[in-house]
Amino acid sequence: MAATVLWVYVGSVLWSVRISVSSSRTLPIGDYVGLRQYARLFDSERWTLSLQNMALFGVLFIVACLAIGFLLAVFIDQRVRGEGVLRTIFLYPYAMSFVATGLVWQWMLNPELGLQATVRGWGFPSFTFDWIARQDAVMYAIVVAAVWQACGLVMALMLAGLRGIDESLWMAARIDGIPPWRVYASIVLPMLGPSFGTAFVLLSVSVVKVFDVVVAMTQGGPGLASEVPAKFIIDNLLGRANIGLASAASTVLLLTVLALLAPWFYARAHASRRGERVARALRASETPGMAA
Amino acid sequence: MNVSIKQLAVRMGANTVLSDLDLDVVAGEFLVLLGPSGCGKSTLLHAIAGLIDTDAGSVHIGGRDVTWADPKDRAIGMVFQSYALYPTMNVERNMSFGLRVAGLPKAEIARRVERASKMLQLDPLLARKPAQLSGGQRQRVAIGRALVREAQVFLFDEPLSNLDAKLRTELRRELKALHRDLGATMIYVTHDQVEAMTLATRVAVMCAGRIQQIGTPGEVYARPANMFVAGFLGSPSMNFIEGEIDGTAATLGLRPEHIALHPADGALPAAQVTLVEAMGAHEVVWLDLEGHRLAAIAPAAGVHAIGDRVGVQMMLARASVFDPVSQERIERSAVSFRRRPR
Amino acid sequence: MSALAQAAPGLGDDAIAERRHGLRRRPGGRMPRPARIGLYVFLFTAALMFLLPLYVMVATSIKPMEEIRLGNLFGLPVRITLAPWAQAWMSACTGLECGGIRAGFMNSVAIVVPSTVLSILLGALNGYALSFWRPRGAQALFVVLLTGAFIPYQVMLFPLIRALAALGLFGTLPGVVLIHTLFGMPVMTLLFRNYYAGVPHELFMAARIDGGGFWRIFVQLMLPMSLPIVVVATIMQVTAIWNDFLIGLVFAGHDWLPMTVQLNNIINTTTGERLYNVNMAATLLTSAVPLAVYLISGRWFVRGIAAGAVKG
Repeated sequence: MAATVLWVYVGSVLWSVRISVSSSRTLPIGDYVGLRQYARLFDSERWTLSLQNMALFGVLFIVACLAIGFLLAVFIDQRVRGEGVLRTIFLYPYAMSFVATGLVWQWMLNPELGLQATVRGWGFPSFTFDWIARQDAVMYAIVVAAVWQACGLVMALMLAGLRGIDESLWMAARIDGIPPWRVYASIVLPMLGPSFGTAFVLLSVSVVKVFDVVVAMTQGGPGLASEVPAKFIIDNLLGRANIGLASAASTVLLLTVLALLAPWFYARAHASRRGERVARALRASETPGMAA
Repeated sequence: MNVSIKQLAVRMGANTVLSDLDLDVVAGEFLVLLGPSGCGKSTLLHAIAGLIDTDAGSVHIGGRDVTWADPKDRAIGMVFQSYALYPTMNVERNMSFGLRVAGLPKAEIARRVERASKMLQLDPLLARKPAQLSGGQRQRVAIGRALVREAQVFLFDEPLSNLDAKLRTELRRELKALHRDLGATMIYVTHDQVEAMTLATRVAVMCAGRIQQIGTPGEVYARPANMFVAGFLGSPSMNFIEGEIDGTAATLGLRPEHIALHPADGALPAAQVTLVEAMGAHEVVWLDLEGHRLAAIAPAAGVHAIGDRVGVQMMLARASVFDPVSQERIERSAVSFRRRPR
Repeated sequence: MSALAQAAPGLGDDAIAERRHGLRRRPGGRMPRPARIGLYVFLFTAALMFLLPLYVMVATSIKPMEEIRLGNLFGLPVRITLAPWAQAWMSACTGLECGGIRAGFMNSVAIVVPSTVLSILLGALNGYALSFWRPRGAQALFVVLLTGAFIPYQVMLFPLIRALAALGLFGTLPGVVLIHTLFGMPVMTLLFRNYYAGVPHELFMAARIDGGGFWRIFVQLMLPMSLPIVVVATIMQVTAIWNDFLIGLVFAGHDWLPMTVQLNNIINTTTGERLYNVNMAATLLTSAVPLAVYLISGRWFVRGIAAGAVKG
């Protein structure tokens, strides 16, 4: 039965790719036009813009989430009182839907009645925070909302990683005279490599799929300023009845995801193979006495 | 360098783990802190290391009061049960990291690492990461980390507990040789009395936060200060028989190797064999002597079988006598000991 | 402290006091007092910033519109009114209809329950099969499943729309449930497979020796043992499916729009004045279920994240 699911997945993907090399508009047409849809795609300003937005969003979102999530985890790990409460507070946004997140932040960043108006009301008449209404800054607003939602996840992952570090490592470092910040920098961070890797992959996949929060927060606006690939695809698929184009765009998106996943898969497979090799070598080399 | 502890007290929350503890470790000796889980031996070791703070008392190392000094200023090195090697650094960096952080000149660091590496035969392993080392190799790296700090006192927190039996015996011998070569003061925590007996120049047996007895392995084995120490050392453990000497209640402590078994004749007290454990080189024979359960060691010859009746000869000259109430050792001859029937 | 002073005269009481006040039996060392204070300040500030949107949501939802128009986002409500909540629930307008978000709630429930049950059952079954029965090509299947968990849905949308339409299921409840189940399978299979990988193989072999077949072992041995992971899986699926937007938007048709889609419709397709208090009330109502699941499940939620993150 897993095989059936597999067939559905593989089948739909293949079908999509097939449509992307046809001239289908509202309904699938069985002709073959080569890569014409792809050419149209990359000629489209809207598509190029959506890719740029996704890249910008991706970099800012991932860096901010990793940094803030890591910091929060480190700080919470310092045996603070109320650790449970703090963890609950930092992680609750992740339980909310992206739609709700987008809507809340849309409200909060509303220039007339939200943050900007409030701070101005406190006596700072020249305070501006109208990112959400500006074409050149709207993506930053979306980043803020998305980071608010997702850094709890990174924090949870990092905290799990930190808790996996043996206490005696800290004691050994203390005896070696290594100050705590140096322990974090030179020992803990490298050890958290896998956690960072996992977080990075999860976040990147969210970046590629980003849709809900944009639709809810800005509907892609103002104008087309916050257009993202996922939205481009849906609009062309359902709204503008341009399924050939949409399929081409989906295929590009898929390839991007695969390109992101492949190194991660390879790294994990490589690590497990290396682990097996090391274990075998160790068993062979275990000889009595001081011989290496 | 010697280590001197006076009136040490350590409290963890509501628990008093150590109170009023005195200990003098002679320079160059191998002192083993031996005791069951929870007796405070690890706490004592961590207090000597400076990893936990003390509530009263003082710790002196080499004549210097280090009670409030940081671990790094105490000239100590420590080897943990899990070795605690930095997993993302290779062996060479593991050993040199602390020195680099302290800002030592490169040449000096290289010199120290080379010296330690030679002494511990780590040269072919310097580029490897801990995950690529065997348990014994990791232990040597952990010791090497302490060596490069030119530590005067080495602390060991149950370093062999994670290993399988065969490896444990190998590494025990290596440690003993290392102590001989280095001549450094070593304080070693374990619950394994075999490790204690083979490694120690002196053993401190601990229970419930107090040192019950401290002495050479031979002393502690042959003349235990109380019934706890007597029962903790030796396997199978000492036999205890209630009775009296000249009218005073006394408990006789007799080691299994000090009971000789003879064919049952009328002269010796008679016992019934309840179980025989063949150990290869010898046998452990479990006896029922008028209700007292005893273990005796006999040469392995397949002589004894369950149900046999044997004559029991006790070498009372080697026995210990304890007060049944206080469980302390009494200096009395056991010659006139009389069993109380059960 | 006086006992110490007696035992070690000459060590200044201040030095001792300072060290002992900053005392924390932490293996990494004592943290100096100012650093500790800075730590708490940072964490407190961060917590406040995280809670701010929640506060704004709640506050806005119980303010009358006159107060909102004053443009004071953080102010406490002067007059508390629950009318926006009633309106959001029963009479808010989503495009053409003005029946409130209540219908969406019912739809979401109708979607979430069967989808969760089905995807968990199937995931457990698959995970069990992959773990213990090791069919040919299991390893390759595993990799494909893993990839499938990450694929953006858009790439499969059109073919699935056509397929569902052909089956007459497009825009129906069973159709939506089917899609959710389909998309949930990879993650659930991986979750259960990883869990069963931790079950000793000897247990399975003993059951086979006792005469158990595929189904019997699954139903009588594995399923009962799987309670912890079922809890985790339930939390993950309920949260994910309730919060879903895209699948509901595309496949649910007009009659079965889930709460998230209706919420977006209410807020972003309004003519006339926007009733921000109603909007926020609606948002809270939509988030109520997953937030409740989150708060109740606590540790299990985090375990879900860890389990989902360690895919494969």
